[in-house]
Amino acid sequence: MSDATEPTLRTEEMTLNMGPQHPSTHGVLRFVIRADGEVMREAVPDVGYLHRSIEKIAEKVGYHGFMPYTDRVDYVCAMFTNQGWGMACEKLAGIEVPRRGEYCRVISTEFNRIASHLLTVGLMGMDIGAMTPFLHALREREMINDLIEELCGARLTFNYMRIGGVAWDLPPGWREKALAYLDHLDPILAEYNALFSYNKICIQRLANVAPISAAEAINYNLVGPNLRACGVKWDVRKDMPYSAYSDFEFDVPIGRGEWGTLGDSMDRYMMRIYEMKESARILRQALTRMPDGPVLAKVVRNFRPPAGECQVRVESARGDQGWYVVSDGSGYPWRVHVRTGSFAAMGIIQKLSRGLMIADLVVLIASLDVIAPEIDR
Amino acid sequence: MQTWINSLIAAGEFGKNPPRDLVYAAVIFVLSAVVFLGVAFPFAGIVSWVERRVWARIQSRVGPNRVGPNGSLQWLADGAKHVLKEDIIPDEADARLFKLAPYVVVLGFVLPWAVMPFSSALILADLNVGILYFTAITALTVVGVLMAGWASDNKWSLIGGIRSAAQIISYEIPAGMSIFPVVLITGTLSMQGIIRAQEWEPYHWFLFANPFCFVAAIVLYISALAEGNRTPFDLPEAESELVAGFATEYSGMRYLLFFFAEWGNMFIAGALITTLYLGGWQAPRLSSSPVVMNVLQLLSFNVKVLFLVFTSMWVRGTLPRVRIDQMMSLCWKFFVPIAFIDMIGTAVWVAIWPEGNRVAGYVMFALGVAIAMLFMQRVIYYLKRSRMEMYLHPTI
Repeated sequence: MSDATEPTLRTEEMTLNMGPQHPSTHGVLRFVIRADGEVMREAVPDVGYLHRSIEKIAEKVGYHGFMPYTDRVDYVCAMFTNQGWGMACEKLAGIEVPRRGEYCRVISTEFNRIASHLLTVGLMGMDIGAMTPFLHALREREMINDLIEELCGARLTFNYMRIGGVAWDLPPGWREKALAYLDHLDPILAEYNALFSYNKICIQRLANVAPISAAEAINYNLVGPNLRACGVKWDVRKDMPYSAYSDFEFDVPIGRGEWGTLGDSMDRYMMRIYEMKESARILRQALTRMPDGPVLAKVVRNFRPPAGECQVRVESARGDQGWYVVSDGSGYPWRVHVRTGSFAAMGIIQKLSRGLMIADLVVLIASLDVIAPEIDR
Repeated sequence: MQTWINSLIAAGEFGKNPPRDLVYAAVIFVLSAVVFLGVAFPFAGIVSWVERRVWARIQSRVGPNRVGPNGSLQWLADGAKHVLKEDIIPDEADARLFKLAPYVVVLGFVLPWAVMPFSSALILADLNVGILYFTAITALTVVGVLMAGWASDNKWSLIGGIRSAAQIISYEIPAGMSIFPVVLITGTLSMQGIIRAQEWEPYHWFLFANPFCFVAAIVLYISALAEGNRTPFDLPEAESELVAGFATEYSGMRYLLFFFAEWGNMFIAGALITTLYLGGWQAPRLSSSPVVMNVLQLLSFNVKVLFLVFTSMWVRGTLPRVRIDQMMSLCWKFFVPIAFIDMIGTAVWVAIWPEGNRVAGYVMFALGVAIAMLFMQRVIYYLKRSRMEMYLHPTI
């Protein structure tokens, strides 16, 4: 009785366990949330639920054999991890990829980037409670999956690239289908924006939520679209051109804070829409200017790069992906390390979560485009 | 009804000299059970199927189409599935409250059917405080949801329950205030009395009686969406934030009962708005036969209600969910003041024109038609711009 009549009611913070099984944590993520009602004091990410020792596996299966495993590093955009591994091995051994092979790589990765971003914007809809945009986005993604299936026989874990190029050339008639899809994509994106992105509720939910300043983004090592949304113009494709990217004209969109603060969730979300349009532009150029020739360089089956180390960077859908490989001259890499965009993004969540509402945490995770397998490898 | 039961008692159907009160109670219980089970539950089930089909069309999917013609018996299959499932009660839960909660929610959904004015004759009880009873009894839902949230001993459920309580209690105020303009005009709280004060022509509906009523109807519709936990106000369930909100720990039949109540509440909200603002069961007098007229009235009532139910499905398929603080500010900063202005405005209007203003009705009706046409034109514009062939696979 005395408790209830005391002038100040004793209140406690609530500790909530979000995940590892939770509908909006995009895979197996876990957050320990300290909350005061709906407002969070802090959300501490707990990573490691999807750790599969992929880097260690590389030391046991050899250079060629590791290629299918790289698909599992980031299964939403597996082409980029394929390409990263391929490029690292080529740099170690000094292999020149044929020009047509580079074009095939650009085409497959850019299609994969569109597919990945479609999933991201769709999941954003799902996470703020709208089912329809998610299914519309997935419908478009299925069409890209169909195209990629024709290209390499797989819809998710592609295993399309090889050390020294790509496994197969484009099948006959594929180029026309791809161009038809790109023509189809533009009106779909306009409709998607009209349906969801410019919806009043959507803007209210995303704008001004968890803004990141440019300095903060650099200090926390954010990469890719998350970094560019903060107004930092850094794109590996443009600033350190690899593969065939120096042949193409494209812009690097950056966040402008049109809907609220610069670097808020809406900027990060819109960055994916802009990048899809730029990818479509690159794809059109690549598909029309495709040179002839082989797609795969001659690489010995018993691949033994000379001893040494190398670091390559790939602009994946989730940002600057770093591959670090040390070779001791044997048929097995001595050490492999992958640095991924999602892992960097997880680092900033704890800082940004202070003072957000629980519903905003879901938006924050979705806007940073965190994919669970990429965090842990 | 009483005379009918009396005649049955006189004919000795219940034995010699039965206790009258008991017979009345028994007959009413049996009848209402039959009505609720025979009307309310199939209705909720069929609405669940219709909603899934409508939603599927909006999302360019197919939806359930296997059980029965076009999947129309899907709800029976789902119901059977849920009944057969294990009824899990968590160890740490407050078992009695946990078991009771779904029934309280269902109570809030079945009791309003007692004053549901289907036609001029088809109404179980035309209470003289019908509309008050209606709003009071539908608020029972929140008690059940709060019980479910608390008894589950799950923090996500608790947040869902608290959200639901905050939401429903807040939106009761603009919803309640939006009823008063009609009460001010008619001077009665009886459902039938309100409907009889209107006529079948749209420009004699209270929706177009004056500008304040028009706004009040819109406020009432949005508040009804919020009270029924419908998107964009489905925060108590919020599957992406709270797993499944207050229903997280439920399974089997008890889980199903929550969703029966949700679908049924769509009908109840639609019926409330239809009664107050859309002329209720009023139908053109095409025949002098009371049976034909009652069927016409039943049709008129149900078409209006189902249109509102369909609109809520459409809204659900289009809009994302608002955040809890945005929902609260929408209620307290906009709807409550607007509802008060509507009430005062209508009071002034009634003081100036006690018999109503026919010209205002025509002008408001023309305005309403213009808004509807503008809306349809935009829908058609987007339909044409989107081009159906665009959805077909470009590479096939």
